[in-house]
Amino acid sequence: MSATDLTRLTAADLAGRLAAGEVSSVEATQAHLDRIAAVDGAVHAFLHVDAEGALATARDVDARRAAGEDLHALAGVPIAVKDIVVTRGLPTTAGSRILEGWLPPYDATITTRLREAGLPILGKTNMDEFAMGSSTEHSAFGNTHNPWDLDRIPGGSGGGSAAAVAAYEAPLAIGTDTGGSIRQPGAVTGTVGVKPTYGGVSRYGLIALASSLDQAGPVTRTVLDSALLHEVIGGHDPRDSTSIPEPLPALVDAARRGASGDLTGVRVGVVTELGGEGYQAGVRARFEESLELLRGAGAEIVEVSCPHFTYALGAYYLILPSEASSNLAKFDGMRFGLRVEPTDGPATAERVMAATRGAGFGDEVKRRIILGTYALSAGYYDAYYGSAQKVRTLIQRDFAAAFAQADVLVSPTAPTTAFRLGEKLDDPLAMYLNDVATIPANLAGVPGMSVPNGLSDDGLPVGLQILAPAKADDRLYRVGAALETLLEKTWGAPLLSRAPELETA
Amino acid sequence: MSAPTVSLVEYDEAVARFDPVIGIEVHVELGTRTKMFDSAPQTFGAEPNTAVSPVSLGLPGALPVVNGTAVEYAIRIGLALNCQIAERCRFARKNYFYPDVPKNFQTSQYDEPIAFDGYLDVELEDGTVFRVEIERAHMEEDAGKNTHVGGSTGRIHGAEYSLVDYNRAGIPLVEIVTRPITGAGTRAPEVARAYVQALRDIFRTLGVSEARMERGNVRADVNLSLRPTPQSPLGTRTETKNVNSFRSVERAVRYEVSRQAAILAGGGTVVQETRHWHEDTGITTPGRVKSDAEDYRYFPEPDLVPVAPSREWVEAIRASLPELPGDRRRRLTDEWGYSEPEMRDVLNAGALDLIEATVAAGATPAAARKWWMGELARTAKQREVDLADLPVTPAQVGELQGLVDAGRINDKLARQVLEGVLDGEGSPEQVLVARGLEVVSDDGALLAAIDDVLAAQPDVADRIRGGKLQAVGAIVGGVMKATRGQADAGRVRELILSRLGVEG
Repeated sequence: MSATDLTRLTAADLAGRLAAGEVSSVEATQAHLDRIAAVDGAVHAFLHVDAEGALATARDVDARRAAGEDLHALAGVPIAVKDIVVTRGLPTTAGSRILEGWLPPYDATITTRLREAGLPILGKTNMDEFAMGSSTEHSAFGNTHNPWDLDRIPGGSGGGSAAAVAAYEAPLAIGTDTGGSIRQPGAVTGTVGVKPTYGGVSRYGLIALASSLDQAGPVTRTVLDSALLHEVIGGHDPRDSTSIPEPLPALVDAARRGASGDLTGVRVGVVTELGGEGYQAGVRARFEESLELLRGAGAEIVEVSCPHFTYALGAYYLILPSEASSNLAKFDGMRFGLRVEPTDGPATAERVMAATRGAGFGDEVKRRIILGTYALSAGYYDAYYGSAQKVRTLIQRDFAAAFAQADVLVSPTAPTTAFRLGEKLDDPLAMYLNDVATIPANLAGVPGMSVPNGLSDDGLPVGLQILAPAKADDRLYRVGAALETLLEKTWGAPLLSRAPELETA
Repeated sequence: MSAPTVSLVEYDEAVARFDPVIGIEVHVELGTRTKMFDSAPQTFGAEPNTAVSPVSLGLPGALPVVNGTAVEYAIRIGLALNCQIAERCRFARKNYFYPDVPKNFQTSQYDEPIAFDGYLDVELEDGTVFRVEIERAHMEEDAGKNTHVGGSTGRIHGAEYSLVDYNRAGIPLVEIVTRPITGAGTRAPEVARAYVQALRDIFRTLGVSEARMERGNVRADVNLSLRPTPQSPLGTRTETKNVNSFRSVERAVRYEVSRQAAILAGGGTVVQETRHWHEDTGITTPGRVKSDAEDYRYFPEPDLVPVAPSREWVEAIRASLPELPGDRRRRLTDEWGYSEPEMRDVLNAGALDLIEATVAAGATPAAARKWWMGELARTAKQREVDLADLPVTPAQVGELQGLVDAGRINDKLARQVLEGVLDGEGSPEQVLVARGLEVVSDDGALLAAIDDVLAAQPDVADRIRGGKLQAVGAIVGGVMKATRGQADAGRVRELILSRLGVEG
């Protein structure tokens, strides 16, 4: 099998061939490193590539396999990790100048679990600075380009992870999703992305954006691959107080079951408030077609209303900046990362902090820190942060009512396909609207998945979002895998096979 | 820098004109093995920045986890202070930028403290009991420690650079806040001191902290305001920070009373501010002005789940609380039959534990008190050491008294034995044997001595035979002299009378 072919395999296929001894992890890892070398100049999905470390892990896995050790199912399958996940000895910047050059002295729990399962870490992927953005254009280290059209954004904040998977630079990647940063990039790059239930995957070692909203999850090309990766990184972690103590539901089983394409008896709720006006015609058309497929598979389609979702965006942009303003206070040049001394006047601690933060943070980060600082101020707290928390409660109730009528909820993942680089950079509100359909899940802590469900009229991919009740992530996998099977049957091949071939360097 | 002239009013005059109201915030570092929110060890005096973890350094991505033992200790303190224990409470972030706070926010409790609405009965030196009402006791983490290098004062002004040690960052603290303490009047400084001292004793009894003031385990902030009469509304207060000894607490209150009285008497207004306490000069100087107080932007800590101690757990902790110092004092006063002044002397001498142990070793409470407050107190004073540091144990004192009670030595000999023990000659028994101090209890030997003395003084013997019993003393004295005081005088008297055939 050629190196190119190795990069086209799903993670499940590659894992099968590794287990069967048909291919080594070193070969598979090298094939992906070669692919990165060939296309990442154009895509710029990676901020840092660790060829040496990845190959060392691959060699170790191959040796252990040769010695007959019992290995994890995904052992030897390489992975890309979003640069917001702390990796010991590997640069971790969160897309910010303020962390340039920082070498973490410890591993995130996710990183530890990947290492223990034997997944070679190819490198760290690009992102909007501190995960603030929907296009990856807010990275301090340059844009990532959408493999479907290099003039377009790959979504954000996890544009690097989605683009890496879409461009066959990695079969698997880790993303984080605070308001849609896994799902929206998935939709606009034709890949699968899952935001697990809040507390389902440890946050220990994720550089926090908004602690009550952040959740890490899988970025892959197939639903089954996401389930496999989710089971590696998920489950209780005593280092994260908000981690769910119960074990994960059986996700891989659910994905395999769903792949039969049978959804008899499953109630699928269509959320009235997440569709219609503001959604591109092609996005709406693909959504309707997908509903027909689900109905054809035996699902019962019901209409549900979540009236308070209208306020979700507003509440989100108070809660997120409030928490972020506090979480990002630690970046002050005193202990790690960038340190800038003022050019004039004394270098007091306060002035060094101010100079460092002034130079180290980008405009979007500053904008949200200012918003959050204001929203938490004495006299404004109740009106802003307090009200937003009440909206959050109402949204949680909307979900509870909706899940009384439906097993899963569905909507388009994003209102539009990938827009052109620079198109919305000067209009923060237009940028924020990209996440209008994904944000409610973060506010309520429920899990969500984006599955590619076709191309819009402009020939660019769109995604369908599936939402499930908290701790019922298995439902996402069952319905997602069923839809994927049905869609691929109509297409005759995975959607990504219709993406243009990238020129190789 | 010369200090600005501050006018003061004599304390007695000040409290005659104004009614002082105090408020005290006490921080106590809990003696847990690890820190409040992470597994880094708590060690005193370790190399700087070695007792740290990603959490206590505030590294990106690190998350806090609540230390269950710290919560238990906080509940113990709350219960000992007669507080309600919250059924559910949250941590909050107190946001401010300062290099010794690694995350640039302190994880504390804001509007949901673990314990609230309690009181502590504080005993003053003359036995008066003063009730101090507790508003709340909440959990939080300590900050790191700054060292300012260069410059002459050790303060940040004029320093060339500053070093930060994060070993202390994240050590669990409980902050105990009183309600305004009114009605102390002229005794306000004494009440303040006694309150902090009572808390320190409670922390030690509960085993939640070593509570060593000199190490900063216990730190007090003293609020003070004056008002014209006890019926007037509260005046403007100042908060004097880091008053870290009992004596300083008392002095700081006195000083602020005098200073504020001078301002008010002169028609001025007290500025609401934080003030620094100067141990060396005994004065306070202005710090931050509180009227433009920092806005800490408190909000619930999203990285932690609420703490919800079950009622069963709280009751189990309550049941396991040791006897508190005040209760113990009252019980022992009663059991031992001491008078209030006697007990106060015992407490002031630091002899309570010693006497209790001596009683446990078999001495009567009266005898134990006699030794520790008499002979031993004198010795301690001479040697300029604490009673507890004398080279004698309560068990040895008990043994000594046992020898007296058995009639093997009398009081006078017992003092000699004790002297030997204090000089390191061994246990009372060993000293007694080595020095040959045992009372002569062999009647034969005593009778021989008695016969000698009677033979030497036949006229006295006749007078005794004639019924002049008071004359026995001369014979007893002679026998005691002959036996170098090692005879039991009572027994000698009996033997003399029976020898002479006289009814005693």
